[in-house]
Amino acid sequence: MTDAEKDRFLLEQIRAGNKAACDDCVRRHADGIYRLALRLVRDPAEAEDVTQETFLNAFKAIDKFDGRSELRTWLYRIAYNAAMVRFRRKHPEMTSLDDPVGADEGLPVPQAMFDWSGLADKELERAELRAEMDRAIQELPEKLRVVFVLRELEELSTEETASTLGTTLETVKTRLHRARLWLRERLTRYFEEAGVTP
Amino acid sequence: MTHQDCRELLGDLSAFLDGEASAEVCAEIRRHMADCRKCRVVVDTLRKTVTLYHTVPQPEMPEETRERLYKVLDLSDFLRR
Repeated sequence: MTDAEKDRFLLEQIRAGNKAACDDCVRRHADGIYRLALRLVRDPAEAEDVTQETFLNAFKAIDKFDGRSELRTWLYRIAYNAAMVRFRRKHPEMTSLDDPVGADEGLPVPQAMFDWSGLADKELERAELRAEMDRAIQELPEKLRVVFVLRELEELSTEETASTLGTTLETVKTRLHRARLWLRERLTRYFEEAGVTP
Repeated sequence: MTHQDCRELLGDLSAFLDGEASAEVCAEIRRHMADCRKCRVVVDTLRKTVTLYHTVPQPEMPEETRERLYKVLDLSDFLRR
């Protein structure tokens, strides 16, 4: 059974009021929902609230879910919207998760040219680098961050990501590319400053 | 990266790495990379950046957060299953 087939089966069971199916659904999707929420609201307590809200609202509205998108996509969309509401409440000066500087304007032109691609695995497994990678994601403009998290970390397809965010495939592809270039630049500068030798 | 050709190819690099670029674009990028060290570095480090993020284990929700979630959803009986 594919993941999508499992989700369809789960959906029928949840609609029938099967609590074990609700448990399965939470087991399959709660970690991803929590991680997305944490990346967006940047606060563990708020991320927990978003996760709870997501499943409470999803189970309450399960009969209204038309099944046109996958269950996973639907849950991520609820979580994304819940995170946005909290974000707006905290930052009323901003109307959305969009950063004030246009995240879609042109491509970031690579400047850092240190070639770290041949570094030994042990250099790439250091806890310090992992922390830097995490900080780099957090510093991505929000529009790019949410696409990067959904596509690269949660491994949603381009279609699922576009459906979650209510945007086009082309926008998802462009933002993912911009996010990757941005992170490459950031990591390249990190390795350059660390003085590591390939 | 200032050369006009480099900038023109920049927009296609993710599609190139993901295997989604056309054969024509792939050939053009490879041809350009053979003569342009900067673009080789950008492509190699961009590929490595993507790979690195794919290999990092994703954190799970803290156990106490999971317990509270199950309680709110009235599913606590299933938690230790």
